[in-house]
Amino acid sequence: MRMSLSRMLAGLAVVTMVAAGCARGSGATPVPTASPSTPASSASGSQPAASPSAAEVTCTGAGDKGSVKMMVNQWVGAAANVAVAQCLLQQIGYKVETSTLAEEVAWQGFDTGEVDVILENWGHPVLEKTYIADKKVAQDAGPNGVTGIIGWYVPPWMVEKYPDITDWNNLNKYADLFKTSESGDKGQFLGSDPTFVQYDEALIKNLGLNFKDVFSGSEAATITAFKAAEANKTALIGYFYDPQWLLSEIPLVQIKLPAFTPGCDKDLKAVACDYPPYILNKIVATKFVDTGGDGYTLIKNFKWANADQNSVADAITNKSMTPEDAAKEWVTANPQTWQPWMP
Amino acid sequence: MTAISLSTTSRPGPGTIRRIAAIALAVAAVALYVVFQGQWTLPHDESFPLFESLNGLKATVDANRTILEPFRAVISGIVAFFDLVLASLGWTGVIAAVGGLGFVFGGWRLALLAISGMASLGVLGLWNPSMATLSLMLAAVILAILIGLPLGIIVGRSNRASAIITPILDVMQIMPTFAYLAPITLLFLIGPASSTIATLIYAIPAAIRITALGIRSVPETTVEASQALGSTRWQVLTKVQLPLARRVIGLAVNQTIMMALSMVVITGLIGAPGLGRNILQALQKVDVGAAFDPGLAIVILAIVLDRLTEHANEWMDPRTQRALTGLRRPRIALGIALAAVIAGAVIAPLFIDATTFPKEVHVSFREPVNAFVQWLTGTFSGITLGVRNGVTAVVLNPLETVLTTAPWVLVVAVTMLGAWYISGRRAAVTAGICLGAVILLGVWSHAMATLALVLVATAITLLLGVLVGVLTARSDRVRAIIRPFLDFAQTMPAFVYLIPAIALFGPSRFTGVVAAVIYAMPPVIRLVDAGIRAVSRTAVEAATAYGATERQVLWKVRLPMSKRALLLAANQGIVLVLAMVVIAGLVGAGALGYDVITGFAQGTDFGKGLAAGAAIVLLGILLDRITQGAGSRRRSALARAG
Repeated sequence: MRMSLSRMLAGLAVVTMVAAGCARGSGATPVPTASPSTPASSASGSQPAASPSAAEVTCTGAGDKGSVKMMVNQWVGAAANVAVAQCLLQQIGYKVETSTLAEEVAWQGFDTGEVDVILENWGHPVLEKTYIADKKVAQDAGPNGVTGIIGWYVPPWMVEKYPDITDWNNLNKYADLFKTSESGDKGQFLGSDPTFVQYDEALIKNLGLNFKDVFSGSEAATITAFKAAEANKTALIGYFYDPQWLLSEIPLVQIKLPAFTPGCDKDLKAVACDYPPYILNKIVATKFVDTGGDGYTLIKNFKWANADQNSVADAITNKSMTPEDAAKEWVTANPQTWQPWMP
Repeated sequence: MTAISLSTTSRPGPGTIRRIAAIALAVAAVALYVVFQGQWTLPHDESFPLFESLNGLKATVDANRTILEPFRAVISGIVAFFDLVLASLGWTGVIAAVGGLGFVFGGWRLALLAISGMASLGVLGLWNPSMATLSLMLAAVILAILIGLPLGIIVGRSNRASAIITPILDVMQIMPTFAYLAPITLLFLIGPASSTIATLIYAIPAAIRITALGIRSVPETTVEASQALGSTRWQVLTKVQLPLARRVIGLAVNQTIMMALSMVVITGLIGAPGLGRNILQALQKVDVGAAFDPGLAIVILAIVLDRLTEHANEWMDPRTQRALTGLRRPRIALGIALAAVIAGAVIAPLFIDATTFPKEVHVSFREPVNAFVQWLTGTFSGITLGVRNGVTAVVLNPLETVLTTAPWVLVVAVTMLGAWYISGRRAAVTAGICLGAVILLGVWSHAMATLALVLVATAITLLLGVLVGVLTARSDRVRAIIRPFLDFAQTMPAFVYLIPAIALFGPSRFTGVVAAVIYAMPPVIRLVDAGIRAVSRTAVEAATAYGATERQVLWKVRLPMSKRALLLAANQGIVLVLAMVVIAGLVGAGALGYDVITGFAQGTDFGKGLAAGAAIVLLGILLDRITQGAGSRRRSALARAG
């Protein structure tokens, strides 16, 4: 690559410098480290650990109880979980290291010692078998209190215009609306990120729907597609889930599929019922159970609700707060929720 | 690719016969397709047995990790060392050091560029992640050079070594990173070591290839003369080949850095600290503006490092040393630089906090970028969806339908004959082997869908690339305006512009085409521009003197005479488009790209992902050999004619 950009860059730099003179740091960029958000305290690092019951929460502590390695799943709700747990762990004297990883890679981390905690697990039977049952390097640490609802969703404008669309029996009537360049003469059903549990192709077939499963390829692509569909009033139906921060911005409406009954999803090729509700759970490294002490107790007790997570996630996404600040705000406002978690 | 006809002679020659034969075969192929459409196809089977057995490979890797522990420790150590160096310099020290290097290599102007570039990383509020990215990149580049230069020298001096290593380099370069990301973390754990190795695999082929090219470009006569004077092989290498190849080897370093920078986001997926993580976090929130800032930081790093290495290269050459700094002795320049580093790293921390860049000085492009994207998508999404539907219906769908519904025997036969026609027998054999291997891998139908996408993207890339390249070649002013955009498009991580692309075009194959075109077009434009500019002035002047119009000069002189550059552009366009197949999978293009991502994301699909990755490599080798051969065939034909 050959550049003749010196002038442009110099100009840019001058402009940025000048602008910097007047601009104050508005939406600060999130710095993905475990360091507390206030630079003064991080420099001294010797602040005494405040008692957890105190009303003022600093999210900082002595950091002398060892470190906890927390995995941040690649969705904002997970970032909200981790930010709150991180705040409280630091408060009682732990250091927290976070890393954002794909799920498959994160589970490997239990084996290699790179990950202590995953705070939100959306049912991965194969990984659970490998790492919990076979290798015994990870353990289930109970539900995190959030219920995951996977399903088929449409943007709200469609429900206003076609009120009966929310019943799957009527979907074929509207299939033509959903045709795109990708689905040929069928309606397009937007599948999602390959990381997520999904069996819509089988559902479409077994429910006799005139749709084609087209994969968006990533969560960002799905969210962008739903945002564009609502903004431009274009038709879209696809795989989505709650909790997800987008729902507080655009209240997508879930389609009623044949109700889930235990066992109806046993054979994923013959499945013809809705997704089961996911009781999301926490997974911890066996090593962390044995040596984690108070830190493990806190993680084991960690349990909140969809609304809690959504409020923190919403602050991060739609109010441009850093996860640290959003967590601090929630912790300050909701002591009754987190005080029972404290060791 | 062969839209421009070479000669207009009317005498029937071997060329005409060849052409008639080709047309006859094409007609026959169409007839066979119409008759046998839908028969002997190879539909996709999710539970192909090979996928399962490849899954076993992963378990084996998992079980034998400990052997590699020393490597991991050494690489982590190198990264930690650079972390420590950058941290102990502090931001004042780093800026002073980079500025000092700029001054030594290129004088005041380069020093100013380096200083303002580095400072703007801090101004963007991204100093710490930028430094994390920088130390990872330095580690990867150092290793790439330590391993790559000796290998490049071997490849450059021995034809046998070249024959063995070149295919391996092809695989390393075309194999999508996603395909080997998960196994790497199994072997080298999450974190800096894995990220460095992933970067290394991607970047080292460039270092080896360019070094070998440098060694080979030393004129045979010079080597022979030195041998005649009694030099040993070692002396020939160190006294003749290496010094003469130094400029090209400098280019190898430069390109390794650029390739390492293009891996920043991908390595963020396996826990590498740095700017990639900031971009991924912004993507979770679908916040293009927030992704733009770290993307811009990568562009700035690329520009600063590119200029520094380019000038360092010239500086190493003793003849140009003095002219650059304008100082009588380079030692004075070194002294000034050293003084600056001491001032920045030792004296400045006494007065200000050198560990954190001042937060008061902060500029973010987040709001304006988001406003712009909103305006863009709000205003144009109607038109863009129309374009998508049009191109998909008229070009993409028919091509995909033909490739996936034709009997596989016919596709293989037509491809082999086409390869033979364009590039000769060897290319035909290679094409046959590649397609055969794709069938054995069990991903035929997805490979054909991906091939359709790649062909359409390449065609659009070349069409636009040649158009813009011709424009920039004809006017310096146009070039000056377009160049910054090219640099930007080439270094800005694709992840940043994927979201506006989805907002405009929806999740679709065409969105994948758009992403690939944006990524592949800048080098094509550069090559076309360089090729047309290289056409000798006298030829153009002669044509003008005979009264040719500007249009005639372009079509009859400039384009035909820059044919080799155009073919190289086509070749590079294809390879770069292929590199985006996986990215296309992230925006709804499906097929092999999606399979590779699935393989990375789900352990149970590891085998399928690896097979799909291998199929991408095979398609890449197939297309590369066909287009590369076209260049050499034409050249020999020209040589015969002349």
